[in-house]
Amino acid sequence: MNDILFGIGAIILGIAASWGLYWVLDFLVRLLPAKTQERLRAFSFLLPALVLLILISVIPFFQTIVWSFFDKKGKEFIGVENYVTLFTDNNFLGILLNNFLWVAFVPVITVGFGLIAANLSNNVGPRREKIMKSLIFMPMSISFVSAATIWAYFYESPPPGRPQIGLLNAIVEAFGGEAQSWLLMDAGRLNSFFLMIVVVWLNAGFSMVMLSSAIKAVPEETIEAARIDGAGPFKIFTGVIIPQIRGTIMSVFITTVIGVMKIFDIVLAMTGGNFNTSVLGYEYYRLFFVESNIGGSAAVVSILCILIAPLMWLQIRTAKFQEEIR
Amino acid sequence: MSTFLNKLRAAKLGSTLTLLALVLVWSTPTVGLLITSLRERDEAAASGWWTALFDPFNQVWSWESYQKAIDGGMLEALLNTIVISVPATILPLIIAANAAFAFTFIEFKGREVMFAALVALMVLPLQSALIPVLKGMVWLKKNVGIDIVGNFAAAWIMHAAFALPLAIYILRNFMMTLPTSLIEAARIDGASYYQIFWKLILPMSMPSIASFAIFQFLWVWNDYLIAFIFVGEQKSVMTYKLLRLIGQYGDGWQTVAAGSFIALIVPLMVFFGLQRYFVRGLTAGAVK
Repeated sequence: MNDILFGIGAIILGIAASWGLYWVLDFLVRLLPAKTQERLRAFSFLLPALVLLILISVIPFFQTIVWSFFDKKGKEFIGVENYVTLFTDNNFLGILLNNFLWVAFVPVITVGFGLIAANLSNNVGPRREKIMKSLIFMPMSISFVSAATIWAYFYESPPPGRPQIGLLNAIVEAFGGEAQSWLLMDAGRLNSFFLMIVVVWLNAGFSMVMLSSAIKAVPEETIEAARIDGAGPFKIFTGVIIPQIRGTIMSVFITTVIGVMKIFDIVLAMTGGNFNTSVLGYEYYRLFFVESNIGGSAAVVSILCILIAPLMWLQIRTAKFQEEIR
Repeated sequence: MSTFLNKLRAAKLGSTLTLLALVLVWSTPTVGLLITSLRERDEAAASGWWTALFDPFNQVWSWESYQKAIDGGMLEALLNTIVISVPATILPLIIAANAAFAFTFIEFKGREVMFAALVALMVLPLQSALIPVLKGMVWLKKNVGIDIVGNFAAAWIMHAAFALPLAIYILRNFMMTLPTSLIEAARIDGASYYQIFWKLILPMSMPSIASFAIFQFLWVWNDYLIAFIFVGEQKSVMTYKLLRLIGQYGDGWQTVAAGSFIALIVPLMVFFGLQRYFVRGLTAGAVK
């Protein structure tokens, strides 16, 4: 009960305090001579954001990079040893392979599914569209941990002799197959693919909603013109619609890639990184919380950041591009 | 003409059936867990949930597993999650709205560079900051006596900082669509920038703020990592509790299932209740 009161108090106090903070900042700036005032005006609005970002994300980011050259305890400089250890470890190379597989498959499948679902939903009339879309979209609102329970149950394989309660195995058995322990199948990294299905399930609705609204914004005349020229539905889709929604496709794709690069919760909740399913996000967590290895975990994050950097550049470019067409 | 209409109708029917199949596939795993959460322990272990679905009258239905999940602390976890989520939604939005206002309406040196840096920060992985911030907070506790770590405040700060880049970006994009003539008129009437922000721009930006708030709320609600590291066991949130429940499969699936659905109630309510704003936010680019 105390916690609730504390929470409510904190909310009210927090809003009042931040309102007061901006008031004080404005007041201070106005004490200054007119010319300085002009120059510092923006900062009376920016300062809290800048302080928070610099203290909580920028400085810690550089600290992490520095730590990646230090030993387990983060005390002694050891050069690139952490990186050498990681890149000569077969386990870690396997982790990189997993990350690569995630990035290679999940975004493409997510976009592909989104395109199919968006196209279908634009054909069924507004009422059906609304209901069916929200059912496909629903997973977007739930947590990775909840999704992991839902799917772990779907993949469940009880010990031999116990009744079959996992749906996937029941289906396989109904078709005369043999029940499998799906999440243990690391041959060909199959189990990683079973984890990927969960993420596709979570993200497909987002992809569908984005692409569906992009398709709806395609001018009817362009489609009509192609139809008069004798193009079939498939030709219209690939030749007229796709080129016009390329921007949205790209942004869904990039967003999914970034999300998948950092994937962590799903692996933690479903396999605990065992059976060759670990990824960078999980390895970081394991190195720090299980092995208390500050240097090693910092090196893993640094590698993740290096891999994400090109996307950063793409993101800035897309932002600029959006500004230009505005 | 009639053959054309027939064709159109056939296409509509085909699309509906295909989409229906997709929806079924999409919903089945969730439905399975929901049914399991309502079954008796022994029955849930003895037969698949689909047998209960096809033969609902020969089943013993019970709330027992929900009771068990609540006894296991799911309700406290729900409260903790609310206390984390609400301030962690409001706080970054106030800060971001102020910053977005500066980026949109006030000329200052280095604006372009700062904005580019902000966009770059949007993709920075959360993990890159966790350990240094944690160590910093522990240091504060030991040397200054400020007790943040292990309290909700630590989670608020982390969530606020990592929401800022995207929030500023989206709010600025929205504010750029507001007419500048309005601000000029207010300036001529003698209003200060401070007044213009709180009285004019903030109320006008509410649609955009609301749709980002939904995102941020769901994001914080569903987060595991920050809550685990900065708040931890004592005031555990639902994702934390749920993960511990998964660790005890031996107890049977129903408790995990019930726990899952308790964790799902609020996000689903937010989702189905505010779907319109949610979608609007998405298409405006509000994506983590």
